[in-house]
Amino acid sequence: MSTNAQKKGFGAVLWDYLTTVDHKKIAILYLIAGGIFFILGGLEAMIIRIQLAIPDNNFVSAGFYNEVLTMHGTTMIFLAAMPLLFAFMNAVVPLQIGARDVAFPFLNSLGFWLFFFGGVFLNLSWFLGGAPDAGWTSYASLSLASEGHGIDFYSLGLQISGFGTLIAGINFLVTIINMRAPGMTYMRMPLFTWTTFVASALILFAFPALTVGIFFLTFDRLFGSNFFDPTMGGNTVIWEHLFWIFGHPEVYILILPAFGIFSDIISTFSRKRLFGYSSMVFATVLIGFLGFMVWAHHMFTTGLGPIANAIFAVATMAIAVPTGIKIFNWLFTMWGGSIKFTTPMLYAVAFVPSFVMGGVTGVMLAAAPADYQYHDSYFVVAHFHYVIIGGVVLSLLAATHFYWPKMFGTMLNEFLGKITFWLFLIGFHLTFFIQHFLGLMGMPRRIFTFLPNQGLEIGNLVSSIGAFFMAVATIILLINIVITSVKNVKVGNDPWGDGRTLEWAIASPPPYYNFKQLPLVRGLDPYWIEKMEGKKEMTPAEPLGDIHMPNGSFIPFMISLGLFIAAFGAMYRLDYGWGLPVLIIGLVITFGSMFVRSIKDDHGYHIHKEELMDDDDNKGVKA
Amino acid sequence: MKRLGKWGLLPLFAAIALLSGCGEPFLSTLQPAGEVAQRQFDLMVLSTSIMVGVIVVVAIIFIIVMIRFRRKSENEIPKQVEGSHTLEIIWTVIPILLLLVLAVPTVSATFQLADVSPAEEKNDEGKTDALVVNVRANLYWWEFEYPNEEILTSQDLVVPTDEKVYFNLIASDVKHSFWIPAIGGKLDTNTDNVNKFWLEFDGEKADEVGNIFYGKCAELCGPSHALMDFKVKALPRAEFDQWVASMQAVKEPVQAETAEAQAGQEIFNNSCIGCHAVTPANTTPEQARMGPNLTDFGNRTLVAGILEHNEGNIKTWLKDPESIKPGNKMTGKYNLSDEEIDAVTEYLMGLKVQE
Repeated sequence: MSTNAQKKGFGAVLWDYLTTVDHKKIAILYLIAGGIFFILGGLEAMIIRIQLAIPDNNFVSAGFYNEVLTMHGTTMIFLAAMPLLFAFMNAVVPLQIGARDVAFPFLNSLGFWLFFFGGVFLNLSWFLGGAPDAGWTSYASLSLASEGHGIDFYSLGLQISGFGTLIAGINFLVTIINMRAPGMTYMRMPLFTWTTFVASALILFAFPALTVGIFFLTFDRLFGSNFFDPTMGGNTVIWEHLFWIFGHPEVYILILPAFGIFSDIISTFSRKRLFGYSSMVFATVLIGFLGFMVWAHHMFTTGLGPIANAIFAVATMAIAVPTGIKIFNWLFTMWGGSIKFTTPMLYAVAFVPSFVMGGVTGVMLAAAPADYQYHDSYFVVAHFHYVIIGGVVLSLLAATHFYWPKMFGTMLNEFLGKITFWLFLIGFHLTFFIQHFLGLMGMPRRIFTFLPNQGLEIGNLVSSIGAFFMAVATIILLINIVITSVKNVKVGNDPWGDGRTLEWAIASPPPYYNFKQLPLVRGLDPYWIEKMEGKKEMTPAEPLGDIHMPNGSFIPFMISLGLFIAAFGAMYRLDYGWGLPVLIIGLVITFGSMFVRSIKDDHGYHIHKEELMDDDDNKGVKA
Repeated sequence: MKRLGKWGLLPLFAAIALLSGCGEPFLSTLQPAGEVAQRQFDLMVLSTSIMVGVIVVVAIIFIIVMIRFRRKSENEIPKQVEGSHTLEIIWTVIPILLLLVLAVPTVSATFQLADVSPAEEKNDEGKTDALVVNVRANLYWWEFEYPNEEILTSQDLVVPTDEKVYFNLIASDVKHSFWIPAIGGKLDTNTDNVNKFWLEFDGEKADEVGNIFYGKCAELCGPSHALMDFKVKALPRAEFDQWVASMQAVKEPVQAETAEAQAGQEIFNNSCIGCHAVTPANTTPEQARMGPNLTDFGNRTLVAGILEHNEGNIKTWLKDPESIKPGNKMTGKYNLSDEEIDAVTEYLMGLKVQE
């Protein structure tokens, strides 16, 4: 592996990224792939809002609309929001705990490629006979009745990318438990690390439920089983349970890291340590725990009966308490602080009231009898977009600006960043606030059109106009990224000047081996502590020595490619003679690659002390 | 600060819009027209009021923070506060108390709205004293069976006002959800089991909307999910009884009167009757009832649940149902010329149990 190459051809760079096991490069891969899927999901959202701008519109057909709404939800949750969070977790968490890399660099790469091939597989459905059309929840009776292969793309694609997510979650758990620098105790971990830790634990327990559900669905559709066919003794409500036992924790898998990002940003730009750090950690863990106790609130109208509905209603309300603790802690972190309104801080500041609005409608939805009215109406659409956009997407945009210098060594333009922020925030509220009322006025969700004279015209038009603001905001962000990359003005360790945590103690971007010497952590916000004592850098916790590094590997790509091929085989097995051989070939590639990995000794390599000392002379050299 | 103004006003707008009750009275949950919707509306108002209170508190702290604690000089280093036990206890305990205020009526309403015991108590004849309607949801139409009265109808649900009506819900193909927003919340029609609940239709409110409420399917069920509407005719008890009697009086298919209608009836008997019954008896098995029952078709309020009820629209629908409701199960099941469609339309318009 070339370590100090200055300039490389395109082929070499491509090969480098295809084989990399470096958490910082995998972060960039996640960012690019997640970003592309985010734009795809956004285009799908625009189709939805154009179709619903006026009553009786014919912009798209009914069947196509159902494909668009399904792919919008599925793409945004599985292929955009989660991978983008993984991008920042990968880029930042190992640095925040002062680690050389994640615990399993090879698995990190495998997790990415599984997600990537799963996502590509799912999106190829557009060109191969139609996308899935049963909603991102894919409720069993409809998903079994759906013709064509759309739902098979959904089940196989999500299965593959779900493996990737599970692997990534386990990797972060092990990393955070084992790889913390000397002195980095659990109660000194930055909130983003804490929330990554809890979200990873949620992934570990929630994704198996999805895996099982999707296996049942795949087998019902492709291999003749009857898990969800009531005429054969199956039961469709089981799918709803499995899906939501995964699906509700999934919401917290998304929002907890967002909380972490905002906690760090708010504390940084208020120049204050996080107010009530211990209660923030406690609230994070409690939310994670309660997140598993409330899934049936998505099923209040399924007919589970009053006892289940009452229990799940009260349990759901309980989640408001730790969430409320967080809101007030953020407010009081800023209280008495010295707030600088940078672009990331604007997002963080806007997040607080936006998320409160999403949160309070969540409590309203918890009141089961009232939920009979809200459920599957536009009220619910408004609610979850308020928490997901007002929480997760704002955090992703904030993190993009906040961590861009750490990932790429250059600052996004602040002026364009603020324009993006205002357009996005205004567009977001314009689009979704009015949808609460559309729902209350009797508009069900997932409808491809609505009829005139039912009082729904104005609300839908306003909502569609808002969507265009968000689209323009996203375009300006892309322009900003291009301009910034072309100019490529390099910045130092701590470009924001207010960095508190370990990632700001290291060069931007960090050298490929991260910390030359593991830093000694002396308290919460370790870099801030050193800065306050007038020091420029962390005190090392070990003498300079050789660093053990893993080798890059192409095997993760091959393992994922094999599953990608096998999925086509499984899907077309009944239609074409070549299906079964392709299924077998794909599995042979996957298991063959795993076999090679198992028998081939790969001990990595060492960076020698002398090389590290040389590095001091030419700072900023990229791996 | 423009944004601060917006944040301050949002909850106010919310409260005003909610209290003024927007939307159309035949469709809006904000203009409840029955006991169930009223209880749900009360719960909405209670939860909204508590939540607006929370938003106001957050907004006040937020605005103070935004104004007072902006960075004035690059060198200022604020005091590093760890936290405050008093404050943390306050914002843990107060939300718990607020939630208790909301939880008690929530739990009580959950049980009351699920109480269908009167529909379970059979009298000597094996029937119930309460009015029961069996709802069967199908790809994109609704069937309403009245087991006590031994009749069934489709698309237009007819109910008496000012009394509890008990519903048993099931779907015959995929999952749907039965929702009459102005009357009460929804309940899914599963394919696996019968779901039960009750609704009550307020007589005065029904008068105000000409006795017609809108019903919707609220669970994605396929391409025409958006078009799976139905109508509710809420009639005073006496008129409801008359309707039931007129329906029960139809024992045999009604013979058409005009020559064209008679021709239409013959075509109907050859092409359509396999799926569409024109007698209201509920004796045929469910599987045989593949299309909406048309006994009282002439009195329907809408064609196919969405079009205005007139001859032109019936013809359009019969000529190319796919263009009206994509994915429906009628397309391609018959082959009729334009003349034949005219005749069938004439016949269908004459199918009325009451004038």
